[in-house]
Amino acid sequence: MTKHLTGSQIVCEALLKEGVSVVFGIPGGAILPLYGVLSKYPNLRHILCRHEQGAAHAADGYARSTGTVGVAFATSGPGATNLITGLATAMMDSVPMVAITGQVGRAAIGTDAFQEADITGATLPVTKHNYLVMRADDLGATIHEAFHIARTGRPGPVLIDVPKDVFMELGAYDPDAPVDLPGYHVPGKAEESQVEAAAKLINEAERPVILAGHGVVLSRSFDELRELAEKAQIPVVTTLLGISSFPENHVLSTGFPGMHGMAYASLAIDQADLIINFGSRFDDRIVGDAKRFSTESKKIHVDIDPAEINKTIHVEAPVVGNIKDVFAQLIPKVKQTTHVEWLQHVEHLKAEHPSLRIPETDRLMGQHVVKALSDVTKGDAIITTGVGQHQMWAAQHYQFTNANSWLSSGGAGTMGYEVPSAIGAQVGNPDKLVWSICGDGGFQMTMMELATAAENDLPVKYAILNNNHLGMITQWQGFFYNGDYQAETYTRNPDFVKLAEAYGIKGIRVTKQDELESAIAAANAHDGPVIVDFVIEKVDDLYPMIPAGQSVQELIEDPN
Amino acid sequence: MADSAQTNGSFQRTISAIVQDKPGVLARISGLFRRRGFNIASLAVGRSETPGLSRMTFVVEGPDEVVRHVAAQLDRLIDVVSVHDITEQNIVWRELALIKVTADPNARREILELVNIFRVNVIDIGAESLTVEISGGRQKIDSFIELVRKFGLEEVIRTGRVATLRGTLIEGEDDGLFQSDASKPTYILPVISGESGSV
Repeated sequence: MTKHLTGSQIVCEALLKEGVSVVFGIPGGAILPLYGVLSKYPNLRHILCRHEQGAAHAADGYARSTGTVGVAFATSGPGATNLITGLATAMMDSVPMVAITGQVGRAAIGTDAFQEADITGATLPVTKHNYLVMRADDLGATIHEAFHIARTGRPGPVLIDVPKDVFMELGAYDPDAPVDLPGYHVPGKAEESQVEAAAKLINEAERPVILAGHGVVLSRSFDELRELAEKAQIPVVTTLLGISSFPENHVLSTGFPGMHGMAYASLAIDQADLIINFGSRFDDRIVGDAKRFSTESKKIHVDIDPAEINKTIHVEAPVVGNIKDVFAQLIPKVKQTTHVEWLQHVEHLKAEHPSLRIPETDRLMGQHVVKALSDVTKGDAIITTGVGQHQMWAAQHYQFTNANSWLSSGGAGTMGYEVPSAIGAQVGNPDKLVWSICGDGGFQMTMMELATAAENDLPVKYAILNNNHLGMITQWQGFFYNGDYQAETYTRNPDFVKLAEAYGIKGIRVTKQDELESAIAAANAHDGPVIVDFVIEKVDDLYPMIPAGQSVQELIEDPN
Repeated sequence: MADSAQTNGSFQRTISAIVQDKPGVLARISGLFRRRGFNIASLAVGRSETPGLSRMTFVVEGPDEVVRHVAAQLDRLIDVVSVHDITEQNIVWRELALIKVTADPNARREILELVNIFRVNVIDIGAESLTVEISGGRQKIDSFIELVRKFGLEEVIRTGRVATLRGTLIEGEDDGLFQSDASKPTYILPVISGESGSV
């Protein structure tokens, strides 16, 4: 039934129809007409962020942790351009998001008007699709299209740019009009012949390894992955973004491979005779030198996006389809087997290449902090991270037992993701414990969002692994730039405990190993946001390491 | 196959796409090519037989696997309805060129002989110049241009290539070099691979 409403009302009604209950954003001139009707829609909770990048990452964290579409609002010009890092982060990791930006009035578009930016032009490469809506009549259908595109197929961010006067114009809205996208097809089941070919390879393999990527998480195929792995007794290596797709206390769990992954995971992939890739794009951090990547194995690549097949690694058996559907097709065709010798060999690799050794020292190291977080929370927290050494320590030393409990910017590698993504995850999971593991560098990129956490009583716990350094930069300058250290030290970090107090939240400082457990327990017990400033050893290199573009032959395990 | 001639170490590939007739579609598509750093050698866009849909024919130069990958990425664009790399298919294609040649009275006769041989049309004639319309394959147009170059080329305006799958089952050698009965052996001219225009 067609309704006649203002553009702003159409936006709100269409968002509610899509099941949206939370929006992250900041107002500005061009989007004010939309904010002007929000009070009439109390079921749309608006979380006021402090920076549009924060709003975008919060929407991303909300989307990843809930499996629904995250929504961000921003105004025209700088408001919209501030979203770009957040959109790029979501695009690289296939996160479903819809961003709605205000634009200058239609008559002013293209005139370099105040706060004008060509945001649809600017976001072309970092969105799955985007729109500039020039008539209120088109708004409703566009929003429903955008949600359909964002959440189906390979998910991704969609931006909708709305001129100010379109928000104010009366338009027709038919909430039940079907989405019509002739150029957009959502893959479901794979072709039977592709599944047959994959099953044949699995049944013939002697040394198979499952590589579980973000696609397993995005399609929520946790049970199916476990069923397949157990049925055919196949070790499961996850990618960095595949972490928490498979319980890490499971005997078949074999870590994550690649640049800073576990040595045994990289070695298992190298020695396998079959790689079964579910929803990983053979990223360069895993593959390194493509010519020397797992040369003895055949490869099966299951992906919803045909453009990922044979992009970096040639595969013998491509399977294009929704991973959840493919599992359902594949599992009955896979024979129940035991790969006893191979599993023994993988266990041997784990024993010979522990990779997760905690440094034996009295000083406080990043590894100690993550290990203590894992022990005290019993692996039962949602973890978000930034990018750098702390991220890898978190990936290595936190034992993830709950499905989808790891949120990290894998593809884009966005420092600053940690602070707002935890806010989004907490909003989406009010009853769960959310820990954001931060570096002191990334934390300071988005720490203004502490105000958002405080204002909304979001009990996020921030663990700053504070070494007054850009740790990964320090390590790379040491390894690859002859120790010519430049711009790697933060000599004037703020006092993070006082910073917490300034925001009216709890601050705790930890400098010794024996303070770890009590401090973490106190943070968990506190009913509100907490910053724990873990003052860790100044410089500590992260291992294992496979230098960029190299292979497992160049793996540096731990020289110490 | 025909006309996937190697230029600068990479091959030309012909890609045909059906796209939505909307603003911004070309920018989305050209962005994918730009990102991988290769040139669109020719491009033809026009409305298709279906209302609301346009057909684009690109000729791009790049390593085969990269072009194939970009074609797959093109297909991922929401506004792109279908994409086909038709380089290796049984296709017919044509380009159109308008060529303005300096033609003083002494040269005019010789130019008109070439015009007859190539079966091209004179569409404008002035005191000092002559404009012809030529359609066919790239090689035919290149050859004609080379032959009239000595008279003085004033302007060459070339369109992008348009291509379609053959309706016949004949695996023809017709690359548009000559049309109809003009394809006698004596008319086969050395092929000069000139640079096509950039978009």
